[in-house]
Amino acid sequence: MSLRERLASGGFAVTAEISPPRGAGTEPITATAALLRHWVDAVNVTDNQGSNVRLASWAGSLAVMAAGLEPVMQMTCRDRNRIALQSDLLGASALGIRNVLVMTGDHPKFGDHPEAKPVFDLDSVQLLWTLRHMRDQGALLSGRVLKPPPDCFLGAVENPFAPPAGFRADRLGKKVAAGAQFVQTQFVFDVQAFAHWMAQVRDLGLHERCYILAGVGAVRSRRGLDFMRDQVPGVQVPDDVYRRLQAVPADQTAAEGARLAAETVRQLSAIEGVAGVHLLVAGNEQAVPGILDEAGVGAGRTEPDRAEPDRAGPDRAGPDRDGPDRDGPDRALPDRAGHGR
Amino acid sequence: MRCADGLCADGLLTARPPIPAHPRLGARLAYWLQRALRPRFGVRWLSARIEASGLARPLFTGGERVTKESLFGCRMCGQCALPVTGYVCPMGCPKELRNGPCGGVGADGSCEVYPGLRCVWVEAYERAASQGRVADLSLLHRPIDHRRWGESSWLNYWQGRDEGLWTAAVGHAASEGPRTSHQRVLGGS
Repeated sequence: MSLRERLASGGFAVTAEISPPRGAGTEPITATAALLRHWVDAVNVTDNQGSNVRLASWAGSLAVMAAGLEPVMQMTCRDRNRIALQSDLLGASALGIRNVLVMTGDHPKFGDHPEAKPVFDLDSVQLLWTLRHMRDQGALLSGRVLKPPPDCFLGAVENPFAPPAGFRADRLGKKVAAGAQFVQTQFVFDVQAFAHWMAQVRDLGLHERCYILAGVGAVRSRRGLDFMRDQVPGVQVPDDVYRRLQAVPADQTAAEGARLAAETVRQLSAIEGVAGVHLLVAGNEQAVPGILDEAGVGAGRTEPDRAEPDRAGPDRAGPDRDGPDRDGPDRALPDRAGHGR
Repeated sequence: MRCADGLCADGLLTARPPIPAHPRLGARLAYWLQRALRPRFGVRWLSARIEASGLARPLFTGGERVTKESLFGCRMCGQCALPVTGYVCPMGCPKELRNGPCGGVGADGSCEVYPGLRCVWVEAYERAASQGRVADLSLLHRPIDHRRWGESSWLNYWQGRDEGLWTAAVGHAASEGPRTSHQRVLGGS
């Protein structure tokens, strides 16, 4: 079942995130995709996340597909003008990449090439609008006809917590008006604040025009927690969450972080209008099965593979990552190709 | 009218990087001026004369530049969004976002790129809200035409060339498409 079908069927969707490697190989993507394959509906492939150069998101998306998982190709406005963006959508669509997630992108200042020219020829609303125009009208911005037009399922992002608070739901409304069919949100640590934003979203009726996937992150270490709170633009970690993760011994931060993530998933799934969760766990993917298991989200799934854990597979998780062993995957990941897609 | 090599026909360089600017004109006065200077017959006629004159046009454009630069930190994109952004210039956003703030705005309303400055969209929201114009912020802004940098947006506005810069968020958005009327005008000329 594709992400689109899962959402259309009213099922609770789960997506996760993969950062492509800094290098000309796809092995890390393949390994991560194999780990996540039976747990998530699709996986985002980031587009030079944090303005740091990585393998291209379209290439990473192809690697994800080759590993039997559905990709969500992220596309930022930072590095490409309207010519390149339209061209890349055609290329992605031609090669079978259906899900495209549009975002503004971090400023180059935050990455490994701060001296680079920030492009931002289009903004995220304009890019969504352009891509929808290409698909529905079968034409470029220039008016030239596309034969055949691209096929795509368009996603957007939104940060429910950043100022101006009164405009954040309206901003999602603009993205939906421009063409967004699903949205993935920034990390939700403050469930109450998120619920407040969702109430505004429901007032605008946006949850009926767009699938909303709430972002959930798993904190792995105290350093990671501090980084998240102080360094990542737009992320807000409330004091009680911060204190809770600081209160456990340092070697148990990851376990507590995963537990918190599972609780958050459970709370979010109870909010009206939330169609799924997006797990922001890049680099900590082996925590995903534990989080979903504890949250009880995987239980209702229909994939036959999920019910038959037959092989303990720490080897599938890659070499010695410092993930949460306690909550980690002690259930097996069947080594089987094809996933009914 | 066309710009080439970053140097406009009007002789104005457009190399200033986008930096958030706090408007020095009160929101109330700005909206009053908007009503007073709306494109009626008189200004339309006058602006056509100015535009046709090889002497008056660069002088007028230079005057606009000086005025709007000091009041709004204007960078002369030539396609002014101020009337629907609470008179806070969105081209001062380091990402030049014309459809609202990015997700990186600090909890205190600061710009993520210039933490000492306020996000232009936080200011835009506050100023629009203070004048009952929040609905303006939901308009969908089309991509701008980069050939128009350095032009007088006042003349463009009075001559009716700015009408396609944005559209209502609901209804026509899909059918009209994201291409600006600017582009259509230029494409056809």
